[in-house]
Amino acid sequence: MNEIPLLHILFVSTALFFIGMYGFFTRRNIITMLMSIELILNSVNINFVAFNKYLYPDKLDGLFFAIFIIAIAAAEAAVAIAIIINLYRSHSSIDVEDADELKF
Amino acid sequence: MTANQIIFYLISALVLGSGVLAVTTQKIFRSAIWLLFSLIGIAGMFFWMDMNFIAAVQIIVYVGGIVVLIIFSIFLTQQSGNQMAKPVRNRVLFSTLAVLFGFAFTFMLINQHRFSASSDKLVEPSISNIGMRMLGSGEQGYVLPFEVVSILLLAAMIGCIVIAIKSRPEEK
Repeated sequence: MNEIPLLHILFVSTALFFIGMYGFFTRRNIITMLMSIELILNSVNINFVAFNKYLYPDKLDGLFFAIFIIAIAAAEAAVAIAIIINLYRSHSSIDVEDADELKF
Repeated sequence: MTANQIIFYLISALVLGSGVLAVTTQKIFRSAIWLLFSLIGIAGMFFWMDMNFIAAVQIIVYVGGIVVLIIFSIFLTQQSGNQMAKPVRNRVLFSTLAVLFGFAFTFMLINQHRFSASSDKLVEPSISNIGMRMLGSGEQGYVLPFEVVSILLLAAMIGCIVIAIKSRPEEK
């Protein structure tokens, strides 16, 4: 457990965050953009749990933050998928470039 | 190098490798499956840190819930065998540069920071401790956020039904 320094876990979570950012920048399909957001939220969860484990073992606050983030991410994914299905019904496409009615 | 370290580096390689594949592969269904492996790897990392409860929550909610939801929405909206259009080369180039610089900058900041651990007596993250804290209203109790999140989940559930419901054309 303590043979791995905290820095290595932070390296993994930072790398995962920026992998999610890369997907968010390059993808133009709403479902894959949603997957990138899930990766970003998960990297934050790793951070919270690792800080709780390494720096504040006398508290459980990081664990509760991670649990609430998971709950909110589940609600967000459900609403996003309802919006995606509705968008597909009206536009027959889930590419963000095709949904430009509010753009101008 | 002990077995513990080897397990950590294997899990990290699984998380990062399948994460990279999830954002770069051209087939959307494969992308969802790589995301699934990445989330399982993160759950393994929580198990490795001895946080059993949150690892179980991660598997139940993400792997059993969100990824299945994403796969269903892929089946409802796409031909899952089709290739997605390749992103424009300029966009790939500049996103890669932005991500690399952002990563280097952030990691440099983390590397310079000296973390100081608290040395109080540790609290076992067991399920009974988590339950007492989660529904406790005293010191370090989380009953108010718990109730707020339950209202949020109710609102999200009603919102999903309202957004995705199919309005019949004959009823005006």
